[in-house]
Amino acid sequence: MYPVIGTVLLFPLVGFVVNGLLGSRLKSEKIVGWIGSGAVGLSFLAAVVTLLQMLSVPADLRAQTVNLFTWITAATGTEGSLNVSAALLVDQLSIVMVLVVTGVGFLIHVYSIGYMHVDRGFWRFFSYMNLFIFAMLVLVLADNFLLLFLGWEGVGLCSYLLIGFWYDRKFEKSTTSDAAKKAFIVNRIGDFGFLLGMFLVFTTFGTLKFVSVSRQAMAFAPADPRIFWITLLLFVGATGKSAQIPLHVWLPDAMAGPTPVSALIHAATMVTAGVYMVARTSVLYALSPATMTIVAIVGGATALLAATIGLVQNDIKKVLAYSTISQLGYMFVAVGVGAYAAGMFHLMTHAFFKAVLFLGAGAVIHGMHDEQDIQKMGGLKKYLPTTYWTFLVAALAISGIPPLSGFFSKDEILTKALFNGSTLLWLVGFLTAGLTAFYIFRLFCLIFEGKPRYSAEIHPHEAPPAMRIPLIILAFLSIGGGWVGIPAALGGGNWFGRWLEPVFQPAASVSLLVPDESRVIEHLLMGLTFLLAVGAIFGAYVLYIKREELVKSLRHRFAGPYKVLLNKYYVDEAYDAAVVTPIVKGSQKLLWKWFDVGIVDGAVNGVARLFWLFSNVTRRVQTGVAQSYAVVFMLGILFAIWWLVF
Amino acid sequence: MSVTGSDLLGILAVGIVSVTALIAMLAGVFLKNSARLVMWLGLAGMAGAFAAAWGTYPSAGTAFGGMILAGGYASFFGMLILCAGILTFLLASDYLRKEGVEYPEFYVMVLFAVSGMMLMSAAADLIIVFLGLEIMSVSLYVLAGFMRRREKSIEASLKYFLLGAFATGFLLYGIALIYGTMGTTDLAGIALRFASAPPPSLFWVGAGLLLGGFAFKVGAVPFHMWVPDVYEGSPTPVSGIMSTGGKAAAFAAFLLVFVKSLGGGGAKVQTLLAIFAALSMVTGAVIAIAQKNLKRMLAYSSIAHAGYMLTGLAAANQLGESGVLYYLVAYTFMNIGTFGVISLIEQAEEKRLEFSDYAGLGLRQPFLGIVMSIFLFSLAGIPPLAGFFGKYYVFAAAVDAHMTWLAIVGVLASVVSVYYYLRVVVFMYFHEGPEGAEVISVPLLGSVALLLSAAGVVGIGVFPSSILSLTGWFF
Repeated sequence: MYPVIGTVLLFPLVGFVVNGLLGSRLKSEKIVGWIGSGAVGLSFLAAVVTLLQMLSVPADLRAQTVNLFTWITAATGTEGSLNVSAALLVDQLSIVMVLVVTGVGFLIHVYSIGYMHVDRGFWRFFSYMNLFIFAMLVLVLADNFLLLFLGWEGVGLCSYLLIGFWYDRKFEKSTTSDAAKKAFIVNRIGDFGFLLGMFLVFTTFGTLKFVSVSRQAMAFAPADPRIFWITLLLFVGATGKSAQIPLHVWLPDAMAGPTPVSALIHAATMVTAGVYMVARTSVLYALSPATMTIVAIVGGATALLAATIGLVQNDIKKVLAYSTISQLGYMFVAVGVGAYAAGMFHLMTHAFFKAVLFLGAGAVIHGMHDEQDIQKMGGLKKYLPTTYWTFLVAALAISGIPPLSGFFSKDEILTKALFNGSTLLWLVGFLTAGLTAFYIFRLFCLIFEGKPRYSAEIHPHEAPPAMRIPLIILAFLSIGGGWVGIPAALGGGNWFGRWLEPVFQPAASVSLLVPDESRVIEHLLMGLTFLLAVGAIFGAYVLYIKREELVKSLRHRFAGPYKVLLNKYYVDEAYDAAVVTPIVKGSQKLLWKWFDVGIVDGAVNGVARLFWLFSNVTRRVQTGVAQSYAVVFMLGILFAIWWLVF
Repeated sequence: MSVTGSDLLGILAVGIVSVTALIAMLAGVFLKNSARLVMWLGLAGMAGAFAAAWGTYPSAGTAFGGMILAGGYASFFGMLILCAGILTFLLASDYLRKEGVEYPEFYVMVLFAVSGMMLMSAAADLIIVFLGLEIMSVSLYVLAGFMRRREKSIEASLKYFLLGAFATGFLLYGIALIYGTMGTTDLAGIALRFASAPPPSLFWVGAGLLLGGFAFKVGAVPFHMWVPDVYEGSPTPVSGIMSTGGKAAAFAAFLLVFVKSLGGGGAKVQTLLAIFAALSMVTGAVIAIAQKNLKRMLAYSSIAHAGYMLTGLAAANQLGESGVLYYLVAYTFMNIGTFGVISLIEQAEEKRLEFSDYAGLGLRQPFLGIVMSIFLFSLAGIPPLAGFFGKYYVFAAAVDAHMTWLAIVGVLASVVSVYYYLRVVVFMYFHEGPEGAEVISVPLLGSVALLLSAAGVVGIGVFPSSILSLTGWFF
């Protein structure tokens, strides 16, 4: 049905293999860079072809499974059999993800040619990036949980490899390797939940295919405890991958990686995998109102708390990292109130404008010779004009200023939060929207406006064309990317929502939510949010450009809260105190000194001694004398005969 | 009884190998310095035989009045054994030159061994089992002692011969008793008799002897004593084919007799096999830990792997049977590959065979490091490599056959085994090599063989159903 969908996966894999094996021999950065970018670009073209094919058939025929090969077949007798195919589920939902991943991915690859210029790991970078794209595509195209999990782990691995890409560099108080390990280990917790959820899916439904699971689940009573546990465990996985409370702590540290990595993996694509997974299993979630409430609450809390932390951070990438966590929280609010399409819509627009913000930050860091502290910037507008304009566009988009993309997607989420959720949830989202506009323009003003605060030795320069062009394209997408989903309240047709409707229709049919919609309120909400955003932008402008002394006095007056925010609510410290230190201390004092040395070593040494004895016995038998071998043989034969005859 | 065309077609593959072996032997006698020529001749012959096996694969049946299996099962094993033979040839030529023993006889004996293995795995009659087994064994006795100036090689050859002769005696006596009680050596006939009435106890004595003989050939505890000494002392490529092709042939016959003909043999036989399987897995894994010499470690590991495969046999269900076949394919690629890397690193006079000789190898020789890691990870059973699915299938089969305890023993044993496999990887990547360690140039044929093996390990690991679809209809 979709003949080229296989090549979508193939190109990045080939790119990975070629650059991975031959990259170090290809002396030219150009070749390596174009192999890497070209692979993703071709993949994008194949995705576009698939989209066109999809458009040419009626809506109910668009979802198709493309079977690549049978992966695991094992008849396990009584329990039903485990049959897993490497099959791709090509439908309206996955094609959106594929287009975002390959499209944004391609632009970021091109950008990286400029950004990673003269890095000694140039080829290694591109091969990892291609591997990431491949794994991410496996994740979004998988037609069953196991294949999705393969992609899920694959992107985790690439994330680990790329966070620690500059393994010999210092990062904050430790090294980039520590940041990479932190990301990996925190994700392990989430993945463990995901695995358990998957096991539970298999024991409940006897299959891992999304389509079959959804079909069978429709017959379950709402609020069935099995569905509750499945969805909750899967959501634990999502909190890890998508950096939601309480597993959000790894994402800020992930900024240790090169900036294109932060843009691609830790903003636009991988971290949205949790949202995608919830959308993919929407029927299960729709059947479990309790989990939905948890998802929405976690999302809302994350959105708000991360946004407040973003207010006071001074590292350009840290601000964006907390912004990403906060925006992901938004998406979970959306899927938590059953507005899956709205969540996916925001996922897409966020990919555009957050990519611009990160790539713009990369251009600034590049132009400022690896400076990341916004207190040491200022007035860069005239040195980096392209970066300035694109960054401004994206900042307006994330703030939710119409008619930029962020306005429509954010508005849809807030509306749905009120209609399907509760007033409190809406209020949280509303406040977050204000905070978002404020921190992003604080960042913007401190970087580009005002007077320079850096030393005279630094001569900022604009990025090379390879970096500028992707920025410009993505900036246009940040403007227009939302026009596919203009709501009916504004006279639009919400084409995006209708496109995804067939995918989420089953979930809607089992859902217990009774949406309460009123167009009057919708207009009111839009107006309110817009005013709040404008007010917040103006506030940031006043505080950081016009009346800088106010910031100091505010900081002074609210020294306590400021410190709490600056230290990110002491979550890292709390985890250290509650989890890490007890484990370390416990393992040193209790486990190591007492349990390990005393009992385990005792046991191990005991076992070792036992093995030693056993080994000695066998060694005595293994004399090297053939006669004694024959004796053992003989004994074996006698035993066999005795066993069979008597 | 006259020989028909379809008879000859049925044994085409094994016939091609035998004829090639004879021609190669004559070439070796009459031409000077013909080792290389004989090698290429043998390769061509085996490639032709592979094509013949592939061609006859769809038409399963018997030939020569029901003595020999043709197509299907026999073709599958033929192709597997030929793969082992081809890889051994590719790896051997440089090894023999390095050790100064590049004589055409080596290739000739391998060809004879291969033909014996193929015959054994195509047996439809106990006599053919015996015939194939002897052709294989005698060739392997010679090959084990091929480096006739090296004490260990001679010792290996002599021990293998003495114990092998001992085992053959039991096996033959077992065949005699079965013939005596069942009145036939034809496997299909035995199956009929066995199904119609419970056999007398003398039959079980014969079955026990036969089982011991097979267990000896696959190297299962307690019939494993020869394995470490022989694998260590034999030329490394010979250890490679002994542990893969030889094991495959023995398991093929084992399956034909005990599973296909006797239908698993009943609960008693299954439990007995399970006991031997458990003993093999545990003994192999535990003793391998203490080894310093890589070849000896692999010998104990091969005992453990025999145990895993016996697990599938003990389960005696469809999953177990196709699981064993899958396991054999996986094991052939990963074990020949591992022995191949060892043969490249090894220096004359049995040097460079210890774990510590691999220090820093991964960085010094990236190619060897990567392929060796693939083989070892697969041996340890790490997904998505072939070794993982092999273990998965046989353990799942054991659980299905209500032998969960056996699966647990197996899983624990494979956890233990991770230690000694990954120890090599640790040495390769995390230990500093000695100053100025020489970089071994990897010969072309050798690297082709290693690449093919690695591709096999990865390929059938990612596409396990490719093998299962080949073997699914045998049982």
